[in-house]
Amino acid sequence: MSGHLVDLEKASLVIVGGGPAGLAAALEAQRQGLSDILLIERDQQLGGILNQCIHTGFGLHYFGAELSGPEYADRFSTAFAAAGITCLLETHVLEITSDRVLTVISPQGIRKIAAGAIILAMGCRERPRGALGIPGTRCAGILTAGMAQKLLNLQGLMPGQSVVILGSGDIGLIMARRLTLEGAKVKAVVELMPYSSGLTRNVVQCLQDYEIPLLLSHTVVETHGLERLTGVTIAPVHPQTQKPDLEQSRFIACDTLLLSVGLIPENELSLGAGVVLDPATRGPLVDQSLETSQPGIFACGNVLHVHDLVDDVSREAEQAARSAVAFLEKAAKPAPQEAVDLHIKTDHEPAVSSGMPAGQSSLLPVLAGPGIRSVVPQLILRNLDPETIRLAFRPARVYRAASICLRNDQGQLVMKSQRRILTPGEEARLDIPASQWPDGETGHWQLSIEV
Amino acid sequence: MFDVVIIGAGVIGCAIARELSRYPLSLAVLDQASDVCEGTSKANSGIIHAGYDAKPGTNKARYNVRGNPMVYQWAQELAVPCKNNTSLVLAFSEADLPKIDALIERGQQNGVKGLSRISREEVLDREPLVNPSVTGALLAETGGIISPYGLTIALAEHAAVNGVEFRLDCQVQGLSHHPDPEGKNACFLVQTSHGPIQARAVVNAAGVFADSLHNLLSEDKLTITARRGEYYMLDKRIGAQFTATLFQLPTDKGKGILVTPTVEQTLILGPTSDTIPDKTDTRTTAAKLEEILTTAALTWPGLRKDSFITSFAGLRAHLAEGDFRIGRSPDVPSYYLAAGIESPGLTAAPAIAIDLAEQIAADFDLVLKPEFLPPPPPLPDFSLHQLADPDELDRLAAEIARDPAMGRIVCRCEHVTEAQIRAAIRRPVGARTLDGIKRRTRANMGRCQGGFCTPRVLEILAEELACDITTLTKSGGQSQILTGQLEVKA
Repeated sequence: MSGHLVDLEKASLVIVGGGPAGLAAALEAQRQGLSDILLIERDQQLGGILNQCIHTGFGLHYFGAELSGPEYADRFSTAFAAAGITCLLETHVLEITSDRVLTVISPQGIRKIAAGAIILAMGCRERPRGALGIPGTRCAGILTAGMAQKLLNLQGLMPGQSVVILGSGDIGLIMARRLTLEGAKVKAVVELMPYSSGLTRNVVQCLQDYEIPLLLSHTVVETHGLERLTGVTIAPVHPQTQKPDLEQSRFIACDTLLLSVGLIPENELSLGAGVVLDPATRGPLVDQSLETSQPGIFACGNVLHVHDLVDDVSREAEQAARSAVAFLEKAAKPAPQEAVDLHIKTDHEPAVSSGMPAGQSSLLPVLAGPGIRSVVPQLILRNLDPETIRLAFRPARVYRAASICLRNDQGQLVMKSQRRILTPGEEARLDIPASQWPDGETGHWQLSIEV
Repeated sequence: MFDVVIIGAGVIGCAIARELSRYPLSLAVLDQASDVCEGTSKANSGIIHAGYDAKPGTNKARYNVRGNPMVYQWAQELAVPCKNNTSLVLAFSEADLPKIDALIERGQQNGVKGLSRISREEVLDREPLVNPSVTGALLAETGGIISPYGLTIALAEHAAVNGVEFRLDCQVQGLSHHPDPEGKNACFLVQTSHGPIQARAVVNAAGVFADSLHNLLSEDKLTITARRGEYYMLDKRIGAQFTATLFQLPTDKGKGILVTPTVEQTLILGPTSDTIPDKTDTRTTAAKLEEILTTAALTWPGLRKDSFITSFAGLRAHLAEGDFRIGRSPDVPSYYLAAGIESPGLTAAPAIAIDLAEQIAADFDLVLKPEFLPPPPPLPDFSLHQLADPDELDRLAAEIARDPAMGRIVCRCEHVTEAQIRAAIRRPVGARTLDGIKRRTRANMGRCQGGFCTPRVLEILAEELACDITTLTKSGGQSQILTGQLEVKA
């Protein structure tokens, strides 16, 4: 036996990530009567990315109060500490196996933990410059908006003085205001799409209030400067093809380019555990209980799909916790499982075939139809007691006065809901009442937007 | 006064320095950059070429074929990541097959072993993601991949341990030879941004700038043009799906666009080839990045953009004559040249360095030092793929028990720990910049490209170097990462 590795430890429920999703899941699991809970957080403190979000706007839905990020996190971490739930800080999960064994590393050593159930709550990362293939020099002064936020808000360090922001994601908009307040000149926010990808309230409060121009249907076509950034060339793009029109390009002098061009759920651990991902959300495929393709592994928060509001993350995490507790209570009697071929329609990829275990027709796929970029959950488990099912989805573009239509595989309308406006910047929801619970005949549901 | 000053701290300069440090000499390596390996050596394909491509009888052919087994041996001695993953040159029509045979014949003339033509079926069996319209391929069994910066840095460290002085941020501004009529005290005067340096001998390993240095000394004028090669790099998940380095048939512009896994398990696509006037212009361009995509798609039709993590470009030093220029200068005594080092320069580096060191030793009547120190122990590296091995896990656990910082992950994508980052700074010729940390530890090199770890890496750098965090740079010069600090109000 090795001298340094401890024996395999056990925990009923292991939660990976101590941000808003992980904290809410842990607290809810305990409220459901579970005691043997272990939460693992890689940072030195709980709260995740909320700690660097010092602006307000959090908690309006969940707490009915307008809080800053650290305040929102503090409410949960205070409750967490009072609840006496075990947590490992400065602990990084290296691997999760499909049979739910975690290998973790920390300054205390390496441990292996066998979990009865796992909740994935690792959050997401920002798309880097390289993922966009922006041509030009690779000098200092090009960084993601979230990194700038961390430098400024947690370390008191200024990343730049004269700034262009590419992408109008919420963090970029928040940082436009934040940098302005610290004396930097934000020259423009440049957005590829003909609409902002952030919340409307952020466009108003962070850009319009500070007279920062938002250049829609524009992009950065080159970065300049050998050592530190000296400027960027921007160009308008064709609204449909997004091809830049270089004849109309212009140079903007700046020492900093912030990128706010999308968030990618961090699913490397999930993939290692054999969890099947949806190419549209880049998060796990889940049913309405938020269980992934691996039995006993659940997902919630931004690792599942990128949320606009932390309040929704907390609610979703509580759902995952209830499901995980139910899974543990079912005392894992393994039913014969069969792989079914799931055809998840997306803009990005051909149909994926998944090894999602299922009692055959118990799983009803929910397809993203015309006008829908992605939908969560992607599957409905129908051999349960009927209850309300909430679908979260992103529209593919901006729609005004449109209908959200849910149809079955015969094209028959299951549900229809009128909306004044739908935009990719704001995740929308559709609650399907228990009365519409799918029967055994239905082959799939398809969600679409009809004008 | 140094016995030998080597100008250029790329793989060639560092290899020569390491080989010369076996002799009782005072040695200095000068480079204008803030770190070793900041030029051509950091941004190339990292291929250990078999040697079938170079024209028989050229220096490129000779040094490549001799260098190939030596690179593997050096990598092992210096614990540099390297892999004999084999190379394939793919044919996509019946008409291409005779060209494959011609390459095999050329390789055999060069003395390359392990070359054969394999069938379409065998190609697809080895590399299932290759375009099924492939008609056959050249298999080069001695082809491999290596970390080019890993090798360069390891050579620099080993040289430094054996007394070589590295003067970085040190730009050479003038170079002159002062012959002594007596023949005893001839010397070179190297004017640098840090003042004058005297040397009995000079080695020019200055990459794309070797011509302007050379022309200060010699009447035999050289012209080096910079050829820029642009690359895409893809996520490790994709790299793991390939084994061999996949070439297309070479054209007159070079070896074409390749698709290859790296030793770090990422995948690279490239390089393009573009002659450019400005020898500092390492930018990427929309047109060339597009060219990579369309050309690489012939090799790998499944290529998709969503796994890209970065793009980059490097410059290659191309001499008009198309070959390496290695050895004694014909008209300036005690001046040695390694110029025009483009592909397969990385593979050729050991053979070039050994030849030059032997020439210098012969010219100065040198004998080997009785004591030549081994390289410093390698930086501990615990990447995820090794952790499947329980012994490796146990070794890591033991390291953490000795130093808890070995258990503190700073870079989550590449699993780099605080202890590794501190060690990279404390080593001989240690990291001083963010890019220096990146090339030594891979922190900043993974899929988030430093989005998460940079703030912490900067803190560690500032602590270790005992400097103001706002003075830290990405890669020296004016490449400061921060523009200031917020005032703390009471």
